[in-house]
Amino acid sequence: MILMVSKDKKGRVMSTRAVNNTMHQASAGTALSEHEYALLKPVMEWGRGTYLVLAICSTVGIFGLYAYATQLREGLVVTGMRDQVSWGLYITNFVFFIGISHVGALLSSILRLTGAKWRYPITRMAEAITFAALLFGALMPLLDLGRPERIANLISHGRLQSPILWDILSITTYLVGSSIFLYLPLIPDLALMRDKLVNVPGWRRWLYRVLAMGWKARPEQHERLEHSMNTMAVLILPIAIMVHTVVSWIFAMTLRPGWNSTIFGPYFVAGALASGAASVVLAMAVFRRMYHLETYITPLHFRNMAALVLVLDLVYLYFNLAEYATAAYKMELGERALLMELFTGRLAPVFWFTQVVGLIVPAILLMLPSIGMLARARTVPWLRPIPLGAGGAVLAVAALGASRFLPAQNSNIATYLLWAGIAGAGLFALSLLPRLQARPVACAVIASGLIVLQAWLKRYIIVVPVLQHPYLSSHEPALGIGLYQPTWVEWGITAGAMAGFVMVYFLFSRLFPIVSVWETEQRESIQEIPVPVRHAHTPAAASPEV
Amino acid sequence: MHLVPPGQEWIKIYNLEHSSATSAYFFPRPCMQCDNPPCVNVCPVGASYKRSDGIVLIDQELCIGCRFCMAACPYSARYFNWGEPPHTELELSQPYSVETNIPHRRGVVEKCVFCPALTRQGQIPACGAACPQGAIYFGDEHEDAVTNSLGETYRLSEMLDSGAAHRHLEELGTEPRVWYLPPRTLSANDSDGFQG
Repeated sequence: MILMVSKDKKGRVMSTRAVNNTMHQASAGTALSEHEYALLKPVMEWGRGTYLVLAICSTVGIFGLYAYATQLREGLVVTGMRDQVSWGLYITNFVFFIGISHVGALLSSILRLTGAKWRYPITRMAEAITFAALLFGALMPLLDLGRPERIANLISHGRLQSPILWDILSITTYLVGSSIFLYLPLIPDLALMRDKLVNVPGWRRWLYRVLAMGWKARPEQHERLEHSMNTMAVLILPIAIMVHTVVSWIFAMTLRPGWNSTIFGPYFVAGALASGAASVVLAMAVFRRMYHLETYITPLHFRNMAALVLVLDLVYLYFNLAEYATAAYKMELGERALLMELFTGRLAPVFWFTQVVGLIVPAILLMLPSIGMLARARTVPWLRPIPLGAGGAVLAVAALGASRFLPAQNSNIATYLLWAGIAGAGLFALSLLPRLQARPVACAVIASGLIVLQAWLKRYIIVVPVLQHPYLSSHEPALGIGLYQPTWVEWGITAGAMAGFVMVYFLFSRLFPIVSVWETEQRESIQEIPVPVRHAHTPAAASPEV
Repeated sequence: MHLVPPGQEWIKIYNLEHSSATSAYFFPRPCMQCDNPPCVNVCPVGASYKRSDGIVLIDQELCIGCRFCMAACPYSARYFNWGEPPHTELELSQPYSVETNIPHRRGVVEKCVFCPALTRQGQIPACGAACPQGAIYFGDEHEDAVTNSLGETYRLSEMLDSGAAHRHLEELGTEPRVWYLPPRTLSANDSDGFQG
């Protein structure tokens, strides 16, 4: 808002490139401070990379549309779903996207209400995830319908007794609420863009002018804005919790062994919060790198988010224990086949991946930077990664080779070798820990990636195996009809939805500043805000390593 | 009779055994026409509904194909037309009726309907009429009489009292309207555990 060419308000000398660009803007009749320029640059300058990302996303998206067109033409027979497993990837994606969408409410609402000031640079990217994820989450059940043209029946003949109606009501409410929540803090930035971005295409200037709604930054406008945002922060929280609760009730309101569970509501909400918080860490890492936001998204943000993700990860792990341990101890007849398939059967690799690699390993990674003992371990030579890592890798290769080439009657040896291989790989991972400890941001990002991957896989093994193990089969299980194998149509639509999600999110960050300009403007320096997390012997607190 | 599309088994016959020590027996599973029907409870548009005569039907002109009812049915009694079902002239020549689910159509759920069109004419449903052993009895609970394909008629209440009749998965609270009698070789008097 103030003309500053050579120095910004913090008194730092600007980089040459920034000065040139600022001059360029100034010559067009507007001037941006360095702060504004840094955050508005992705909005102003769409490089070749922007179009490349959009092109890739639209290609995958168009493939998804083609897959859906095929499904519309031929019917759901082109999917892998049949009478026994009548829900598959679409419902998996539905629960996954709705879960991811929880991050907006978590960050914007809870952090706002608790007055956590470090939230400012990341709230908008979290809320935008909510918006984009809800769009595609809400789409998924519609793609799953056998008669999509009768969608209006849900309004004209809707029965409030059905959990599907609860879903429709809560998801639309949440979509409207989170859109408002995304939009309100955007208004001052929209006004800024309306006033200062004169070189952007006409339709975007029109967009900013209309959306800014005559914002003049008057005190009473600010007051009203703050008031509305506080109100929304309170309102959105119960809505968000109810959304994922009723999503879980789609399953828990049935008599199926595996779904017939009382804890599904909080279990799903915990999983949603964990995957949502993890997804915002990934977004922080990507935007920081892509838009050079190192000044705004600092190691402090990763550390605080890591603490948040860690807590949610452990809560979700606890719910997993509560859900599976109580059923596994009793091994009730109805649940036995399902549990055995998950624990030792065909889906055991996926199940144990979600539990160990998807929840326990991330927890270790997130705690890693705070474990002082490990720093000392770095000085012990034989604990260094190279000898141990090489040993582990050799073991793993040997075991894999053995399990593949040994004849079947020697399966015992193969099993031993396989376990040796797993132990070797574990040792290898262990020897990497001191390395990772020095890179807390990398730890947070890897852990978050694993948690998000886990979230999708977990949704899959909540939806599909339960349908594979009913009280009575619809078909002869011997014929293999009861098993579910997704087809290219389902994968195509899934990929298309993921690409669509990325595109909407990316486009948002190219049309609007992904870090709030006005909310980060007044802060002297983000680093100076006191750290709420107790931190042990970490040398990395100040180093912006990734 | 129902011109059921291939792949659907409105009445499915399972080959079950109580344990590896006992002989196998056949277990026919029609729609149980539950009095507390989970499928009807979860239907978002009221396409599945329970008639006052106790029969659960699906309106294929209202069904949106969400398949929630299939997820909810513990008996897996419901089937979906995943693609366009193969049609016959006979089937297409009939006007659509919710009592027959004919003509069959794509993207909606179907199931056993207890043949209301036949029972209205005083006949027993197609499955009962077709059973050469007379193993399937049908009747009106309020008339307290059930009849099989051999023309044998019994009092329902007596059969239920003396025959150790049970309903499948009745512990789920679905209140099914289909009762099963133990095999005749395993009569109520022979097995201590089954005293009615």
